[in-house]
Amino acid sequence: MGKQVDARGLSCPQPVILAKKAIDEGNFPVEVTVDTVTSRENVRRMAENGGCRVRVEEAADEFKLIITR
Amino acid sequence: MGPESLAQVLRPLRNIFKQKDFPDLLVGLDVADDAVVYRVSDDLAIIHTVDFFTPVVDDPYTYGAIAAANAMSDVYAMGGEVKMALNICAFPPKLPLATISEILRGGAEKVAEAGGVLAGGHTIDDNEPKYGLAVIGEVHPGRFLTKAAAQPGDALLLTKPLGTGIITTAFKGDMADPSHLEAAIKSMTTLNRDAARLLRQVEVHACTDVTGFSLLGHGCEIAEKSNVRLRLRIDALPFIDGAEKYAREWLFPAGSCKNEACYKAHVRFDPEIAEETRMLLFTPETSGGLLFTVGSRDLQRLLSLFTQHQTPCRVIGEVLEGEGIDVVK
Repeated sequence: MGKQVDARGLSCPQPVILAKKAIDEGNFPVEVTVDTVTSRENVRRMAENGGCRVRVEEAADEFKLIITR
Repeated sequence: MGPESLAQVLRPLRNIFKQKDFPDLLVGLDVADDAVVYRVSDDLAIIHTVDFFTPVVDDPYTYGAIAAANAMSDVYAMGGEVKMALNICAFPPKLPLATISEILRGGAEKVAEAGGVLAGGHTIDDNEPKYGLAVIGEVHPGRFLTKAAAQPGDALLLTKPLGTGIITTAFKGDMADPSHLEAAIKSMTTLNRDAARLLRQVEVHACTDVTGFSLLGHGCEIAEKSNVRLRLRIDALPFIDGAEKYAREWLFPAGSCKNEACYKAHVRFDPEIAEETRMLLFTPETSGGLLFTVGSRDLQRLLSLFTQHQTPCRVIGEVLEGEGIDVVK
């Protein structure tokens, strides 16, 4: 299953809010795509602080965070 | 713009104007501060500053009042009084005139409350609204306050609670409780004037205001320019209700990351301090309080004055020898 979140073009805290909603829904893995380092760091740390594991894939100017519990 | 990029673009300007050619410019070129200070005569110096930003709240009147209080705060951080201000505006052509009127009224009434006069301004078209003030204040040329005069042994004090930045960010994400936003608005629209007046009753050493570079960023500036170390006690820091909750939910604005990247090399945290609390201390504030240092001789008298005038002020740490900031439990 899983859940995809496209947070490109959004500024903080929007990517964090969208990612958190997806995590709360519980359909893992949650895949969040962002396009700034700030968004990547904020989503990663929010998820890790909430007890999730995060793997980051970097491609072109985008980052995909694969969040599992 | 982050503090590092800002320093980079400003550096070349130093070659154009040399401090030695402008002996009456008391603060400005060599050591940057909250505002510039220019001596007009032996007993009068003017303080000049400018600040504007995009809306932080929905209500136009409140936005105007916050932007004005924030812009004038730099005058208070230098120990002066506001005399005159000009509007700086950028508004979308389709923004209703009634909305613009309310923004300007919010700003103008705040200038009036400060005892100054709003005497003019300039407006351009822009897609996103921007509003603020260019402000002129006055101070005695021998009595202005800077970030560069903290001394080991001083107490470190703060006059407003922290959390305006994260609460307004949470509000923009539709995640904020209205009562938390209301408390943040009350703090952001409060002038630092009363606090600045009380500071003049004693010998304050260093002073700045807490705004976009966060408590730790502005603290680092005091530490660096004064060549001292600051020790902040985490349990002594005042927060607006809701700020710590939104930090746990990681609702930080982009500015928190930028500030952290710029200043973290100078900050040492007790390992027991949670990551979200560290990030909260790197989070930009809007129209924050005065952050200042005072010697032990004046501390009790100053705290009594603040209590008498029902103006909040709290000891949040102390000044030591060394460099950077220690944040301890």
